[in-house]
Order: sequence, then structure tokens, then C-alpha cells
Amino acid sequence: MATREARPQQILLPVKPAFIVLTLMMALIVNLLPWSGLALAIKPDFVALTLLYWCIHQPRKVGFVVAFLFGVVMDIADGSLLGQHALAYSVLAYAGIVLHRRVLGFSMRHQVLHVIPLLLLNDIIVLAIRAMAGSDFPGWLYFFGSLLGGILWPLLSWMLRLPQIPKPDPDHV
Amino acid sequence: MEYSAPQLFNRGPAPAVRLLLCVLLSLALLIADARFKYLHYLRQAVAVVVYPLQRLAGAPGVLLARIGDYFVTQASLRNENTRLNEQTLRNAAALQQFQALQAENAQLRKLLSARERFPESTIAAEILYGGRDPFTRRIIIDKGGQNGVRAGYPVIDPIGVVGQVTRIYPWLSEVTLITDKGHSVPVQNVRNGLRAVASGMGQDGVIELKFIPLNADFQQGDQLVTSGIDGIYPPGLPVAVVSHVERNASFLFAKITCTPSAGVSSHGHLLVLAWESSAPPRPAEEEKAVPAKKKKGA
Repeated sequence: MATREARPQQILLPVKPAFIVLTLMMALIVNLLPWSGLALAIKPDFVALTLLYWCIHQPRKVGFVVAFLFGVVMDIADGSLLGQHALAYSVLAYAGIVLHRRVLGFSMRHQVLHVIPLLLLNDIIVLAIRAMAGSDFPGWLYFFGSLLGGILWPLLSWMLRLPQIPKPDPDHV
Repeated sequence: MEYSAPQLFNRGPAPAVRLLLCVLLSLALLIADARFKYLHYLRQAVAVVVYPLQRLAGAPGVLLARIGDYFVTQASLRNENTRLNEQTLRNAAALQQFQALQAENAQLRKLLSARERFPESTIAAEILYGGRDPFTRRIIIDKGGQNGVRAGYPVIDPIGVVGQVTRIYPWLSEVTLITDKGHSVPVQNVRNGLRAVASGMGQDGVIELKFIPLNADFQQGDQLVTSGIDGIYPPGLPVAVVSHVERNASFLFAKITCTPSAGVSSHGHLLVLAWESSAPPRPAEEEKAVPAKKKKGA
């Protein structure tokens, strides 16, 4: 087994709270787009994905309150039972906060393996609540969105980390 | 004696405690919403806040559609114009007959002292988008409480019944389609007048007739229209066509599946019928005085 060189840790600029709010609102707007047909069946829950990202990277700033509020907003926007997404997002925030040190220690490929079960757990909680309220099983395609969300995780991580990368000082170099 | 050092970093409740609090609050919301319908005003309030975001999210699609409309050729417009004129002409002939029939119907009803059917007023609406909840079959239309839509109004398209308005917001409404699992329409077979109840199965494009005996006269190709008994859907609107009848002697009932007549495409125009049923008021409850008298006598 070849020894892996230690990846140099990059010092990042602090996150601006306005940026966190902006990304969450953008995720909400993308969730509210008029998806239809196959795209609707396989689309990931962008709010859950972004929420998980911020709970893992900034657990002090983004936590249960944000998760609960966005869950309530998603419930009302989707017209589902009020509280199902709130519950699922709260559990997602808990998982993100409890596991945040562990997940950040892994490489991007293995972070994806952490994210996919968390998003699947999100789906299962919503499914359990609707099953108790009397709905049928919507088919296995329902879980495909979480897989797609996990695959999008590296791209999302890169995109949301862009404002934090320090700009090289033009006068210094 | 137990002694623990004071906390260096005051972080508030532990995550597990916060999770428990969130879970209890979510369960309270779920129960209140599913059983008691208390949260109507909360929904309206949050919907007012979310509505600009929804409009914003739908804006690119609307913009693209408008730009696409702008580039349509003159030849296609002319063809569509000719086709619509022909259709209007045919409809005008049918409409003249209909008005005569309506007058005759009113006359006959007056003769028989039957109750009159109130004419319905309609609200034209357009589908904004299909519902995103995978567990229910719903669509969102762009007319809401402010436009006169009330919960319970039936919704039709040019071909047949689409569904029923189940939730109204100030500028939007949610329509539950007839294919939704919890939705039922009382129907009548056009061919022989048999009545049945058509329920959704939770899948697109198929509804079923429940609890039909094995020897009932339903055949493939039968047209089903609303029977109007429930007082929610006006009678005579096309609902579905029977597509498959399975009579298996080992089951109690026949398995009849139907294809809904109305189409629900992405950009359809719908009519909301502001129809209040003309059913008589419920009879008053009988007095419960008889058992008390018996007790006194004995």
C-alpha cells in the first residue's frame, strides 16, 4: 500500500453569515422551481443537501433552529403534512452536528459515503411519517434523489467553499 | 462527594436535548395538522411569505415560454386560427341546442315540482405546476381565495373532470386530482345508468371502481360521468372510460380500472366551477324524550 502524502490543510477565510443565508435561499428557490416528470422524480432535496453542508462545516452557526424553520417552509411550499420535513431536517441537523468532526476528516470520496446514508435517512423519516398518515409506498425511485444529492456533494462543497479561499495578495507575491 | 468543574464554554443545551425539543415540536405540528386542522392560519401566513419565492422560482420558465411564443411562425398561427374558428362554429350549433334543452328542462322540472338546478359560475385558471409531494396527486393553479375560489369547488378541463380544490391560499389553490388515493367521485355508467364510486389509486392515469359485484354490467369502453348524488360534483361531467374489467370468482368484487378522460398536462387551462349544491337541509334530530318517559313509568 503506497503511503499517501499528507494533504496540506488550507487556511480558509471565515464564512460570512450573509453567504450562508444566500445559499440556503438559493437552495429553497431551486427546490421551488416547477419541476415535473422525470426531473421531479429524481431530483435531490437541495435544501436538505445545503443544510447538511452547513451543519457539517459551520455547526456553531447553522443548527436546529435553521433546520426546523426551513423544514416548516418546505412543508408549506410542498403542501405536505406540516412538520414532516421539519422533523426530518432536525434529525439531519443533529447528524450533521454530531458527526461534523468525523466527516471533515475524510477525503471527498468518503465524505460522499457519509452524506448518502444521511440523505437516505432523511427520506426514510419522511416516508415513515407519511406511511403512518396513510400513504402508499411511492416506489423505489423515491430514494434516487438522495443518491444524486450525494453525488453532487463534491461539487457543492467546492462551490460553497469558493468565497472562503483566500485571494493571493497582489502586492506581496 | 461529586464535584464537577464549572463549564468553560457555555454552549447551551446539548445537541441531543435540542433534537428532542425539535422532534416533540414537529410531532405536535404533525398531529395538529393531520387531525385537528388548527394550523390553517399558520399555513396562510407562511404561504404569503413563500409566494414571492415561488413566483420568482417560476419566473424563468414563464419567461422562456413567452419568448418561445414570440417566435412562432405565422403559418402555424393561421392554421390554429382556422381550426379554432371551425370548432367555435360547431360549438355554436351545439350551444343553441343546449339553450333550447335547458329551457325545456326548466319547464319540465317546474311541471314536476322538482328542485331547480342552479347555474354554475366559472373561474378560468391555469396550472402553475404539478404538486411536488410524491405521496399525493395534486396540482397548483393560479387562482386563489382573492379570485373567488373556495375549498370544495370542482375543477374541469375541456374534456372532463380534473379534481377538486382542496386548499386555498390568497393567490394560489391546490387541486387534488381524481387519481389521488383519498379521492372518490360518484359516477354513473352512461350506457345503462349503473351507479358506482370511482376512487383514485395514487398512480397517474388510472382510477378504479371499488366494491362492484362480480355480475355488474360494466364493459370495457363504458363512459362514466358524474352522477351528482354527492352534491360536490355537478351531474353529467365526463370522468373516465372503463379500460379493464377483471371478474375473478375467488374475489368478492370485480376489479375494474378506468382511464380518466381529462388530461393533466403541464400548461393546461382549467375551469373552476363555483357550484353550490342545491340539496335540501338535513332533517332535524328527533327528540330523545321517549326512553326517559319509559324509565319514569317503570
